[in-house]
Amino acid sequence: MTQAVPEAPTQAELREIALTRAEYESASAQLGRALNPLELGMLGAMWSEHCSYKTSKPLLRQLRSTGARVVLGPGENAGVVDLGDDLLCCFKIESHNHPSAIEPVQGAATGVGGILRDVFAMGARPVALLDAIRFGDLDQSLQRHRFARVVEGIGFYGNCIGVPTVGGETYFDSAYSDNCLVNAMCVGLAERSQLVRAVASGPGNPVMLVGADTGRDGIHGATFASVQLDESADERRPAVQVGNPYLEKCLLEACLELCGHPALVGLQDCGAAGLTSSCAEMAHRGGVGIEIDVARVSRRELGMSPYQVMLSESQERMVLVVESGQEDAVRQIFDRWDLHSDIIGRVISEPELRILDGPVRVATLPLGILVDGFAERRPPSRRPIDLDSRLAADPLSSPAPWSLEESWLRLLSSPNCGETRWIFRQYDHQVGDDTVRGPGGDAAVLRIKGRSDGLAMTVDGAHRSAALDPRQGTALAVAEAVRNLAVVGAEPLALTNCLNFGDPDQPEVMWQMEEAVGGLAEAALAFGIPVVSGNVSLYNDFQGTGIPPTPMVGLVGQVPAVAVSTGLGFRAAGDQIYLIGPAGVELAGSEYQRLAQGAVMGTPPHLDVAAELVAAAAIRDLVRGSVLSSAHDCSLGGLAVTLAESCIAGGLGAVVDFPLAIPSQAPTGWAWGVLFGETSGRYLVSVAPDLIDLLAAVCQGHGVPVMKLGVVGGSSISIGGLAEIALEAATRASAGGLAGFMERG
Amino acid sequence: MPVRFGIAVFPGTWSERDCSHAVSLAGGESTFLWHADRDLKGSDCVVLPGGFAHGDYLRAGAIARFAPLMDAVAEHARAGGLVLGICNGFQILCEAGLLPGALLRNRGLQFLCQPTWLRVETVSTRFLAGLEVGNTLEIPISHGEGRYYADPATLAQLEAESRVALRYSGPTGELADQYNPNGSLHQIAGILNEQRNVLGMMPHPERACEALLGSSDGLALFSGVVRSLVAAGR
Repeated sequence: MTQAVPEAPTQAELREIALTRAEYESASAQLGRALNPLELGMLGAMWSEHCSYKTSKPLLRQLRSTGARVVLGPGENAGVVDLGDDLLCCFKIESHNHPSAIEPVQGAATGVGGILRDVFAMGARPVALLDAIRFGDLDQSLQRHRFARVVEGIGFYGNCIGVPTVGGETYFDSAYSDNCLVNAMCVGLAERSQLVRAVASGPGNPVMLVGADTGRDGIHGATFASVQLDESADERRPAVQVGNPYLEKCLLEACLELCGHPALVGLQDCGAAGLTSSCAEMAHRGGVGIEIDVARVSRRELGMSPYQVMLSESQERMVLVVESGQEDAVRQIFDRWDLHSDIIGRVISEPELRILDGPVRVATLPLGILVDGFAERRPPSRRPIDLDSRLAADPLSSPAPWSLEESWLRLLSSPNCGETRWIFRQYDHQVGDDTVRGPGGDAAVLRIKGRSDGLAMTVDGAHRSAALDPRQGTALAVAEAVRNLAVVGAEPLALTNCLNFGDPDQPEVMWQMEEAVGGLAEAALAFGIPVVSGNVSLYNDFQGTGIPPTPMVGLVGQVPAVAVSTGLGFRAAGDQIYLIGPAGVELAGSEYQRLAQGAVMGTPPHLDVAAELVAAAAIRDLVRGSVLSSAHDCSLGGLAVTLAESCIAGGLGAVVDFPLAIPSQAPTGWAWGVLFGETSGRYLVSVAPDLIDLLAAVCQGHGVPVMKLGVVGGSSISIGGLAEIALEAATRASAGGLAGFMERG
Repeated sequence: MPVRFGIAVFPGTWSERDCSHAVSLAGGESTFLWHADRDLKGSDCVVLPGGFAHGDYLRAGAIARFAPLMDAVAEHARAGGLVLGICNGFQILCEAGLLPGALLRNRGLQFLCQPTWLRVETVSTRFLAGLEVGNTLEIPISHGEGRYYADPATLAQLEAESRVALRYSGPTGELADQYNPNGSLHQIAGILNEQRNVLGMMPHPERACEALLGSSDGLALFSGVVRSLVAAGR
């Protein structure tokens, strides 16, 4: 049968799928004819920012993805690195910001579900989850409510499926009141022989859809993620998918049974833009085409049109290509797990996506157009005009509203600095029996059964510095991730990133993207870390107000001997406390600045990559050599908060000197800048008295500055006679911050 | 021949591999038992591990109790065979009527994953052989529905027959509400059946078998089974 000749779409129809008139005209010119509504819907989804990365792609090319340990870089479901002895590690981070803003429980849950599928689509067993979250201030009941529901959603999915949530980062800032961020990261392990790629090949091979039935949920999810939120956002709730972690657990086990089976040709998660995207991408990677008969797709609702079937984003589905003749062997595996396995089509040699509805052909789109036919965008960019005045402001000259002690306690009770037990006790962080260091520390550490080495992982962002200087802020996030791994003795293997921005059609946002991606590329290169996977989330904007640039860095490293690692808490009275790295005086971009000054102003902390590299190497040597009693990255809240955290975790006080001599002409906020400034490149460590010489020798060997600060012990935390708080008060402040807000209801 | 643990696998179970690892640390051997089979493969001790069997739909354990495997487990228990239900496994045992009572939503309504201390209340069971009454074990919980509930008569009977095996306590065995994470009646963390060969407990001993992971106190349960069965010549 031939297709009816369609008419050109109206403006309203184009808006529905977020396609511009120019893009439509380009598509129909390439095709040599008009597109019918189904083709238009599929094209709109594939050309959406969410699927095509049309705005970010030109920037992302700067990122180096190669390295000695890299097996697969971007372009697959997840990045893959080699751990040695034929064991591979797969990982990726992805956003689910828009859905979480509309329906927090399901939005967050399906974000976890989606990133898990990306990892087991590679043949890897997921072993860990992490989350990076941004919300508005918790003194707003709406923020508390939504945040509680996001935590519930993450726990609901991860706890039920049995993958531990071992770490994460949460930050509350009014800049996210209207656009929360929920980024989920998953790490998995695969034997080399189990690794599967998302590639279709072999014309005539059957294409199967396995897992959940297809419903009307999530239609236009990819498009929805590619536009700003507005007051009508609540009406978009049907574009949010509903998660079923139980079904995904069965799907995970069945898929892992299948990986390594000779019948399997290719495996792909069915995520954004549903069947359209998974089939188009698999076929395009393999240089073949795919023909789908929508009539053969199991549905959970009656009366679904081909359009709805092809664009449904129903969760817990995977697409696979299997060897012709092996269908029954494959189906047996899925049957055993009570899962559907529909043969919905076949691989064809013509490089096109062909859709049938029973005997009727309803769409034909060449993959060159569908996957690659869009024009990359480079919207105009502009450096914010008020930036220079903000950078030039001197936060040290503002009078402090609180005494040093009060500032210190206020910082400790900030939900951003204080303990996060309220969150992570709702997540199963131990299932799998591998969690050596779970949430609440600098980095999570997992052992690998049967081996002496282990994995370390962390996720970090530095949006306040990025708000001042996106290039520097992004690089600072990379540096912090490196330090978080160093304190557990781990060397970075590779990083994944989730780049969260506002509306790129605003020139200042485009400038932020250019700067941030440039900063990520430079920092990753300078630290020698390949970028193996990533995700971009744009249009985090509500009625014209966007989020600050928020690049999240997920870093995975290897610990040579998992049994040898150091915690952040002080261990024994009498141990000596040292600061490794520079003393600094600054407040720009700090948590203190957020609390005391509100505005973000000043020059963000300087980043000296060469110094960071040697300091990280020294810390790794010290940790691996069991020289240290404790090691803690010195970042959020500055030196004073870091010191208090080590005291609280160890249940021990400390007496330390003020690290710098007070100059005679010091600005008003000078002492605050020393105690609460977030100078990069520093670690706070403690060491038994008999190991001091070894500490000095290792630091000297690496050429790293080390400064004796004081000694562990006592029932208070005292800094140079200028500030002293009771350990008990510090502990109470830290424990009561986040929990105090959340238990308020 | 080593002591054999059969570890049940329902769709949605997730601690079967953790339990298998714990069994190997205790010197036993393990095999997985598929929910749709009735074959216990010669297991000396059946473990119903943690997870969300059948998604915990309807009620935790309410669907799993109908699995063909559960008929064989009930038969095994009646014949005096050992059955250990951990977390979701405890919920299934209660649903199946092999243990009395029920596990309700935690007080506070949140899922909780945290360390807990358990006081050993009886050692007249193979699971706790080798321990002493009053010993405390540091073993974590990870559940949303772990609040033990039974009617007053059942509770009185459990207490009278010393069938409360483990109670949530402080590190040195002190009983106080602050140490009861989920609001369980009588601070009950684990109970025995009348024959004392079926133990259900909410905490996860398989997660506490190595100092590297924070505690090795849970190993006592697995090695207790191995030692007592070897000593008994099975």
